[in-house]
Amino acid sequence: MGGFNLQIGKTNLDTFAQTLMELAAIDRDILVLTSDSRGSGRVTPFAEKFPEQIVEMGIAEQNLVGVAAGLASAGKKVFVVSPACFLTARALEQIKNDVAYSDHPVKLIGISAGVSYGSLGTTHHSLHDFAALQAINNIDILAPADNFETIRAIRAAVNYPRPIYIRFGKKAMPNLHTPDTHFEIGKAIQLTPEREKYDVALIATGETVAPAFMVSQILTEQGVSSCVLSLHTLRPFDENAVERAAARSEVVITVEEHSVNGGLGSRVASFLMQAGVFRPLRIVGIPDEHTITGSQGEIFNHYGISAQALAQTALHLLEKEAA
Amino acid sequence: MTLTKISHPISLEKIRLLVSKSIQYRRAILKLIYTAKAGHTGGSLSCVDILNVLYNHVMDITPQNFNQVNRDRYVHSKGHSVEALYAVLADKGFFSTELLDNVEKYCSDFIGHPTRSVLGIEQNTGALGHGLSVAVGMALAAKKDGRSDRIFTIMGDGELTEGSIWEASASAAHYRLDNLIAIIDHNTLQITGRTEHVMNMEPLEAKFTAFGFAVRHVDGNNVEELVNLLENVPFEPGKPNLVLAHTIKGKGISYMEDQIQWHHRVPTDSEYAAAMLELDAAEKHLEKTDGRF
Ligand SMILES: Cc1ncc(C[n+]2csc(CCOP(=O)(O)OP(=O)(O)O)c2C)c(N)n1
Ligand SMILES: [Mg+2]
Repeated sequence: MGGFNLQIGKTNLDTFAQTLMELAAIDRDILVLTSDSRGSGRVTPFAEKFPEQIVEMGIAEQNLVGVAAGLASAGKKVFVVSPACFLTARALEQIKNDVAYSDHPVKLIGISAGVSYGSLGTTHHSLHDFAALQAINNIDILAPADNFETIRAIRAAVNYPRPIYIRFGKKAMPNLHTPDTHFEIGKAIQLTPEREKYDVALIATGETVAPAFMVSQILTEQGVSSCVLSLHTLRPFDENAVERAAARSEVVITVEEHSVNGGLGSRVASFLMQAGVFRPLRIVGIPDEHTITGSQGEIFNHYGISAQALAQTALHLLEKEAA
Repeated sequence: MTLTKISHPISLEKIRLLVSKSIQYRRAILKLIYTAKAGHTGGSLSCVDILNVLYNHVMDITPQNFNQVNRDRYVHSKGHSVEALYAVLADKGFFSTELLDNVEKYCSDFIGHPTRSVLGIEQNTGALGHGLSVAVGMALAAKKDGRSDRIFTIMGDGELTEGSIWEASASAAHYRLDNLIAIIDHNTLQITGRTEHVMNMEPLEAKFTAFGFAVRHVDGNNVEELVNLLENVPFEPGKPNLVLAHTIKGKGISYMEDQIQWHHRVPTDSEYAAAMLELDAAEKHLEKTDGRF
């Protein structure tokens, strides 16, 4: 690694659970719905402290989301806490019709997202959730990068007027932001200093923002400048920030813990092409193949989602561009 | 609860063999989980006696006939208990036991749930509530082609809250799939707690009967009872079969039995050693007795 130190925080999962406890203490309309998932969602302490504010639905994700829609229609502030893989695949029609289409402001919390479940395999991975939900109108999509973004996202979700999906993993994340950073749903956060020109724009979301940020440090040591964006909100998509970063850079790299099809990279590419900002672009994510067996870290390394591999990707792309 | 009467007892020798295999499988399951530092300990120990009887006495599935169409089939619907399946399939010669040291390792074919990358596994599972539907399809195909194949599946009792199970149940009865044998590993626990507290599904017998199954109860950790029941399928011609197998989660290791935290806990060094001692003792006991519980 480069000569820099990021302080390691807690997991976004624990941060979420703690934030929810704080919020529930002052807002009795907050309800948590689980599907035999309170342990995985770290909301067991919540259940003990606020037994009236947790509703267990059993291993029945479709009913879980349908019931959440009904509760939300009656004014309850419902946080559905369930593994991202089952929540956004098993209950997809409930999300589409009962929540998004019917416009009930349910807060869907996809835990252990992406490849957090590692070698439990494809049934437990959510590499499709951005793609599936981006194709459904009227649900906002968030993937906070660190504890700070998680706290802000959960707080913003409580009284959010629209359906919202927030996904994160269960690994301790480095703190990327200072407490005075401005957070707003739909507004990307730039992690690197403002400049007129950059060599590389690195646009990442969720737990891949950390390696993207570390790349920028490695690249700086090699005299390569970069603009790193934490695009914590995939929808509403921050067109201004993405256009600005790309237009000021020679090449663009997107990084996500999702299939390379239909996620952040596809969204960025489609937007930039239509905006007339043509840049060499690499979409780094999980390729369209049978995902290899391994821990989350091993899967990341295997598919080039690490600071070292991303630095290589950036340098190659710049070389090609110069040639 | 009505336990099915033992119709024609099997030889004591066969029972001893099966009981000894159950001990061997429990060793393999624990070794695998201890090596991988991951796994679903309790659920594998609760269903392994059923798998033992299915693969060693009831079903006609071998590495030799696995690529043929005309044979029995097994779908592991409660996919998280993959360790029990791996242990049995290795013993049946589908692959070498050494491969189990690679479970969940980087680039291994042996992941933490059943996949068809492993010889002997019929269907990729891990998301609960899928196995019965797939088994219905397999049973329907056998009926359509006039084959006598039987399709077996094991589901968890927590898994029964998935609505798809009940959609599958309706179709199994509607198509009179008496070649389908659905077994519930009724250990009364899931991740959060007692199944009846998490989401009560009782009365299960009445529910499945009303859906059109022929329902039988059995002690799912007693190989002799399992043999006598499962030898006699279909229970009622024209009806799908449903076995409520009363089991103990973590069965066979005293401090894991009926303990919620052993759903997916990994034994520490000393816990592992203690478990192995208990299994050694069980084996010694078997040598001195006729193998019956
Ligand atoms: C669709 C789906 N939802 C949630 C899970 C997570 N999960 C894995 S095991 C389990 C509990 C299963 O309980 P039970 O069916 O009783 O199994 P057993 O007690 O035999 O281990 C849960 C909720 C899953 N694998 N699939
Ligand atoms: Mg159970």
